[in-house]
Amino acid sequence: MNDGSGLAAAPVLALSGISKRFGAVQALTDVDFEVFPGEVVALTGDNGAGKSTLIKVIAGTHAPDAGTIRFDGAEVSINSPRQAAALGIETVYQDLALCDNLDVAANMFLGRETVKGPALLGRLSDLDMERRALEVLKRLNVTTIRNVRSPVAMLSGGQRQSVAISRAVMWNSKVVLLDEPTAALGVAQTHEVLELIKELRAQGLGVVLISHNLHDVFEVADRIAVLRLGRNVATFRRDETTPEEVVAAITGVLETTK
Amino acid sequence: MKPGADKSTTSSGADDARPVGLLGGLIRDLRQRIGSGDIGVLPVVLGLAVIWIYFQAQDSHFLTPRNLSNLALQISVSGTIAIGVVLVLLLGEIDLSFGSVAGATAAVLGVLMVQYDWPWWAAILAMLLVGTLIGTMQGVWIAILGVPSFVVTLAGLLIWLGVQLHVLGDAGTLNVFDRHITSIASTFLPAVWGWVLAGVAVCGYVGSHLVEDSQRRRAGMSGQSRPLLFMQAALIAVMLFGTVAVLNRAYGVPTAGVVLFVLVAFFNWVASRTRFGRHIYAVGGQVEAARRAGIAVARIRIYVFALSGLLAAAGGLILTSRLQAASTQSGGGTLLLEAIAAAVIGGTSLFGGRGSVWGALVGALVIGSVSNGLDLVGQPADVKYMVEGAILLLAVTVDAYSRRRLAVSGR
Repeated sequence: MNDGSGLAAAPVLALSGISKRFGAVQALTDVDFEVFPGEVVALTGDNGAGKSTLIKVIAGTHAPDAGTIRFDGAEVSINSPRQAAALGIETVYQDLALCDNLDVAANMFLGRETVKGPALLGRLSDLDMERRALEVLKRLNVTTIRNVRSPVAMLSGGQRQSVAISRAVMWNSKVVLLDEPTAALGVAQTHEVLELIKELRAQGLGVVLISHNLHDVFEVADRIAVLRLGRNVATFRRDETTPEEVVAAITGVLETTK
Repeated sequence: MKPGADKSTTSSGADDARPVGLLGGLIRDLRQRIGSGDIGVLPVVLGLAVIWIYFQAQDSHFLTPRNLSNLALQISVSGTIAIGVVLVLLLGEIDLSFGSVAGATAAVLGVLMVQYDWPWWAAILAMLLVGTLIGTMQGVWIAILGVPSFVVTLAGLLIWLGVQLHVLGDAGTLNVFDRHITSIASTFLPAVWGWVLAGVAVCGYVGSHLVEDSQRRRAGMSGQSRPLLFMQAALIAVMLFGTVAVLNRAYGVPTAGVVLFVLVAFFNWVASRTRFGRHIYAVGGQVEAARRAGIAVARIRIYVFALSGLLAAAGGLILTSRLQAASTQSGGGTLLLEAIAAAVIGGTSLFGGRGSVWGALVGALVIGSVSNGLDLVGQPADVKYMVEGAILLLAVTVDAYSRRRLAVSGR
């Protein structure tokens, strides 16, 4: 859904009427959200707008109180991160969840190692894993990582983010949720990560990008969904809006509904 | 770098296979090690050389084949236990109970053999089982109930010491003269078998590396530089054959030394080559990452503590064999300190996720040499305790410092 004309007909992930309450706090109220294959949707909003809660509902960490989730057209319930992963939904959290002491290939295969022999005492097929890791990085055009045997501790922030994202999408995932992927990065590294996001879109994945940074959002997103106080405020097409309008929606100056 | 990897592959990008000279490869390898907070065993080997030279200057008996043979026997207990310590430290946990576990299982062995006339093999099985059960129990307490391992195993130190005293009861000391038990620490390989063993070890090392390397090359990945590989192999061959040559000049290679070597080789393989080992490093490196990757963190922790108990019991067996007795003193003294020191000196970090089982062997050699040397020059226990304590402190300080450097570099 790069330009709104040659779009995929059906959303890969569609949430409707999602509500979630934590005790006295109504975190989400009747929220709708859609992602199409080959589309980057930015999810923005002020602190406490409900972005994280919505992401956790999709990732299977929180079960919604009300509403339906459809994945590939079929209604599903996502009760655990494992279920989300089984459907093809992967989440890359802000604190990348990489093991610094392991190398790139080991991290990309963490928990899903290729082994020969019995389950736990199976011999690691490091060669196969390294080769596949290199293939994935190459397919995603991640050119900054050429040695998959270097420990993650030696990588830059952008490289680490690239490893985390590459790992998320290498297991046949269809939707990937990125939580503030550029928050801690410099200009060049941000660029590197945004290029990777565009590459994911080009390969037909649905990408949900949570970001405060409107510059980044406007560079890669096709649509921009704004939450405020747990409700949908507006959804903009990138081509038809301006940063000013989005900011107005985030801060509540603009009171439109979608 | 891959846990425990001693290979020095300098690059593995498929399109980055330009040849590196031997020296260049060594330097790049060293730089990568320093950058990853893993400086390897080189400084420790240098330290060992200094220790040996010092004690040799103090007493010319130190470097005699007979004393070195004695040293090999001495480190077989602390070395065996240190393997378990390495595994526990890799998790980012600690085990303070293994001295008591070694003592308690030794008591079980002694009582079963002497008072109940169990056959030697059944008694050994029972002691190993008891050690494993104790470790499993502590692991469950730590992994499921969430009590810090420091506290659980500190309590364990007392509890199992109590069990040891209770099991021995009025006997206090039980002499174990069964030749199957005593032969572990009192027999030596015939000279020829020593050579054969060293030959097999070197061939195994070179062979497995060559096979792996050629597989890499066939797959189009850059492999290890061949000269570097052969240099490492030559180094290992010199060390192994040298050790055998020296030991053969005394009584031969001690059986207990062979047991230690085989255990170290096996657990080094487990730690660096299996999925289980990879998961140990992952849990110790970043437990949240491991959990999110679907690794059953609690299960890994319980397995490792079970292994730690098993290895402590194995240490207790060798100890009983050496003393030809199970007593209330078994597993006490400096054993706890020496095993932890062996692991840390061998490059295993107290903060989890970094280190290797091989290192424990080198570490055990260092701390064992100090202990042996101080005994040889007739220093009393007070000096020995202070020196060994100071060495442990130094090793831990180096570990903390290299970790902080890693943190400062922003990673």
